[in-house]
Amino acid sequence: MSPQLETVAWPASYGEHAQPRMGFFTDTSVCIGCKACEVACKEWNQIPMSMQGFTGKSYDNTIDLGADTWRHVAFIEQKAPARVVEKLPTDVTDGASLVDCAARAQAVEGGVQTYQESDGFRWLMASDVCKHCTHAACLDACPTGALFRTEYGTVVVQEDVCNGCGYCVPACPFGVLDQREGDGRVWKCTLCYDRLKDDKEPACAQACPTNSIQFGELSELHERAEHRLARLQQAGQDKAQLYLADGDDGIGGAGAFFLLLDEPEVYGLPPDPVDTRRDLGEIWAAAGAAAVALGIGLAAAVFGGQR
Amino acid sequence: MGSNMAEQHPVGFQWVIEAKERGAKVIHVDPRFTRTSAMADRHVPIRPGTDIAFLGGIVNYIFEHDAWFREYVEHYTNGPVIINRDLQDTEDASGFFSGWNPAHSAYGISTWSYDKAGGEATAGKSEQQADVSGEQAHGAHGMKLEGGQPPELDATMQDKGCVVQLVKRHFARYTPEVVAEICGCSSQDFLAVAAALCENSGRERTSSIVYAVGWTQHTTGVQNVRAASIIQLLLGNIGRPGGGILALRGHANIQGSTDIPTLYNILPGYIPMPHPQSHPSLDKFVELNGPDTGAWGNLRPYIVSLLKAWWGDAATEDKDFCFHYLPRINGDHSHYAMMLGALDGGVRGMFCVGQNPTVGSANAKLIRLALAKLDWLVVRDFQPVESATFWKDSPEHESGEVRAEDIQTEVFFLPAAAHTEKDGNFTNTQRLLQWHHKACEPPGECRSELHWIYHLGKAIRKKLAGSEDPKDRPILDLMWEYPVQGPHEEPDAEHVLMEISGRKPDGSFLSSYDELEEDGSTTCGSWIHCGIYKDGVNQSARKKPHTEQNWVAHEWGWAWPKDTRLIYNRASADPEGNPWSERKRYVWWDAEEGKWTSVGDSPDFPPDKAPDYRPDKNAKKMQAIAGDKPFILHPDGRGWIYSPTGLVDGPLPTHYEPQETPVRNPLYAQQQNPTRQVFHRPENPYHPVNGEPGSDVFPYVLTTYRLTEHHTAGGMSRTVPYLAELQPEFFCEVSPQLAAERGLEHGGWATIVTARQAVEARVMVTERIKPLEVEGRTMHLVGTPYHWGGVGIVTGDSANELLPIVLDNNVHISEYKVATCDIRPGRRPRGRARLDLLEQYRQRAGVKD
Repeated sequence: MSPQLETVAWPASYGEHAQPRMGFFTDTSVCIGCKACEVACKEWNQIPMSMQGFTGKSYDNTIDLGADTWRHVAFIEQKAPARVVEKLPTDVTDGASLVDCAARAQAVEGGVQTYQESDGFRWLMASDVCKHCTHAACLDACPTGALFRTEYGTVVVQEDVCNGCGYCVPACPFGVLDQREGDGRVWKCTLCYDRLKDDKEPACAQACPTNSIQFGELSELHERAEHRLARLQQAGQDKAQLYLADGDDGIGGAGAFFLLLDEPEVYGLPPDPVDTRRDLGEIWAAAGAAAVALGIGLAAAVFGGQR
Repeated sequence: MGSNMAEQHPVGFQWVIEAKERGAKVIHVDPRFTRTSAMADRHVPIRPGTDIAFLGGIVNYIFEHDAWFREYVEHYTNGPVIINRDLQDTEDASGFFSGWNPAHSAYGISTWSYDKAGGEATAGKSEQQADVSGEQAHGAHGMKLEGGQPPELDATMQDKGCVVQLVKRHFARYTPEVVAEICGCSSQDFLAVAAALCENSGRERTSSIVYAVGWTQHTTGVQNVRAASIIQLLLGNIGRPGGGILALRGHANIQGSTDIPTLYNILPGYIPMPHPQSHPSLDKFVELNGPDTGAWGNLRPYIVSLLKAWWGDAATEDKDFCFHYLPRINGDHSHYAMMLGALDGGVRGMFCVGQNPTVGSANAKLIRLALAKLDWLVVRDFQPVESATFWKDSPEHESGEVRAEDIQTEVFFLPAAAHTEKDGNFTNTQRLLQWHHKACEPPGECRSELHWIYHLGKAIRKKLAGSEDPKDRPILDLMWEYPVQGPHEEPDAEHVLMEISGRKPDGSFLSSYDELEEDGSTTCGSWIHCGIYKDGVNQSARKKPHTEQNWVAHEWGWAWPKDTRLIYNRASADPEGNPWSERKRYVWWDAEEGKWTSVGDSPDFPPDKAPDYRPDKNAKKMQAIAGDKPFILHPDGRGWIYSPTGLVDGPLPTHYEPQETPVRNPLYAQQQNPTRQVFHRPENPYHPVNGEPGSDVFPYVLTTYRLTEHHTAGGMSRTVPYLAELQPEFFCEVSPQLAAERGLEHGGWATIVTARQAVEARVMVTERIKPLEVEGRTMHLVGTPYHWGGVGIVTGDSANELLPIVLDNNVHISEYKVATCDIRPGRRPRGRARLDLLEQYRQRAGVKD
């Protein structure tokens, strides 16, 4: 399902100043876990060190996104069933045994099919980032206007406006928004708003050596992602899937979406994120109805008592 | 194989990913499941130190399945050459080749030569004399062949004495079953790799082999690479697009620092450093080091032009072009020889430039004890690394073995400029030089190496000015004037590059090493780089985007020699000069034009030498290379499947066990490489090995390695917040099985013990480390990244403390990749208790001083 490109504020409120909606397509199938994105992000945005010590969570010692980590690479050591190779070479002219032939077929025919797999074990790596949601609840939660939708359709916190109230923090369905310790303000990925203004790609995308992080116009990125997914699925990656590329999902799709090789939960991502404002209307309606009912009851009690 | 490319060369690895997207298969053979394995189509774990068994198995497979590229082997390699009939193979002599001299622990190599080859193979000669044992061999230069022709050939390659038959027989016992037994992989896994490699080689297809320090850091390091060369030559994968052996370097510009060497035993362009006894004159030096035939036949113009570049007008023909000014080497002066010399009080001062040996070298404690014997030490680095602070803070201070006030070494710390703060070149594995421009001035007192060495030279010359002492002439006569620029009087790096590239008598720039003269009329600082400043243009600074040129990208940077992107590329055409296949068309003979042409590269061959050219018996130099012999640096123009000269440990690779190993060598009575350099002294104890009493005290295999997040000994990463936080603590990686066996807790602490040291590490229990079945028993691996030390934002024990010094005698590189150890839960003892623990282990194992 094609994503919803338009948001409440973009492009309408920008008029002729509106730019194409820009975003990230993170193709985790070619992520080598080098963390260059994390480092480039911190370098460019001058983010403080966030030392957490040795965590034992594979090679991940930054754990999750936060005020001081705007790009985060997850490492998942996963036991997966070994792929069964059905195709055997029909011509056993060199006298190899069937076992040898099977092994050979696996090595020779494997190709693109066996990303990150070996002997039923695989090591998944994926770079996470703020999703720049189409329906971004953080925007509405912010009472100061520090959070805003840019002309590129991205979601940015203005550090000189944020007053550190923290209302946006629980509004984010991904737990991306976070207050910096000792500062109080909320910090997160700006999709390098400053670089975009200079026609430069975000620091993480530029640093990524394998093009796992791709930056560009969202509509074009979706096309690329569909092709890539089709190729992987064709090659037998049956769990490969796009994440947050669907305009009908709970957040109306995202400006930063992903190609995953397994279910989102495997990567620590919510499988079915929902705009936290989604039910507000119903809640208000129900509250209103309750208030009306209560009013009627009260009236009945007061006025009905007059005999 | 022997490379963790995704982690250590992530930027280069983008091209592996790209190749994979286009259908290439990636196979990773490595003891550990790394980020490279994660991206590979197949990962095959093997026991550290068994690469030759695996590769030898592939050679055997190639012959068993008749998968070799017969035409390529016949014409382009020394496969048909008959070898001296007196050669005895390791198969006949219990793991020794003929010529073994137990008194010198060295080989005499006369029986390794081509049959009936006239003259003496000079290379390797010095190694047979005890007083210069360990000298680099440089043997590929040193064989005299009349007219560039091996005297005896069998084109059918059936003669039992020809190279193909010798190699076939040498590896005949390396069967899939033996490979599995030695390496600990399954024979199916092995067969799958061998089959994939063979099926992807031939006229239509090529395969490449990538290695890095995982191959070189062994007592069989050079032979690991030789084994790969044999495979690639048999399969026809050298000199052809998509083929080759890619030597990934330890870090940026290691290639450049061997081409224009920081090594003690070679001059720029791989010209050997002269010896005092055997090289009394330039004539004698050229006679002993240059063959008459092939590109090395021109050694004289190369070295004369170098001497002219260095000593200018003082280098006159009647003074032998100042050949006697060159320093001499009379033995092994490599890194460890120097450190051991310092330990024995034989070294007064040391420059330690961009190196942190107290973390990066094997047996780090021995290194610290050695540095403490110096009068003075200069450390140039970004930060005061452990090698600059060893005198006040080290594990020996903690244990009470040394006190700062007892160390007399005067340490000078000089802050260094980063590569972004200076102009210069990086040379990559493809011999491609890429110029980088200074982005900003270095801060404070930080200066470039060029600045430091230039101004140091100026200061020394000033002190010596007016000296009549002949020993000062080499320094006073040196050409040492470069224009300086900027606030710090930085020498202009481009002027150094001009000197390297070389000039004609009229001062104009040379374009290729073919133009070098032996009469002193040309100057050239490095013959292989001749032409890098062709036409007065810094060719290495060219940066034409790939979108504006074809895939060879000839106008991006500059590659030595002669801007050749694919070396020995004459081999990409068949003997008649036609492409082997349309698919692999690269360089071919254009008969109409009478010259070699290509898809965009420089042909690595005389441009108008026809494929049917045959030299006469008296032909010399390049005239002696036939039109169908692509390997022009060899005296016979052939790729050497068999290496008759140049190596100190044998003409063919042979599986030997590492110095420390839990198993016996199942193939030979000789357990280890007999030529390896061992140093038996109290500071460098070795473990008992398989079967010897006490060997069970250190039952596990230890390996050391690096992580993407840190840089070598940590000076450039443990001090940088954004890198330090990514891998903040020293950890070890063990399998769940070993964790259970030794009670190690994931996330907890472990103490790893060898006879050298006990270190503590956080524990990472992971399926990525797999126990292997070797010779009927389970072999556990303890993996340790070695980046940590005592200073920086993140600190920790260093894994290299654990290793002994034991070297490959060809190149004097230590066996960092494998040793034995014990591992136990919990943190290590502090203070004296740490020494007590070590003593207990040594006694239990019966380790002798």
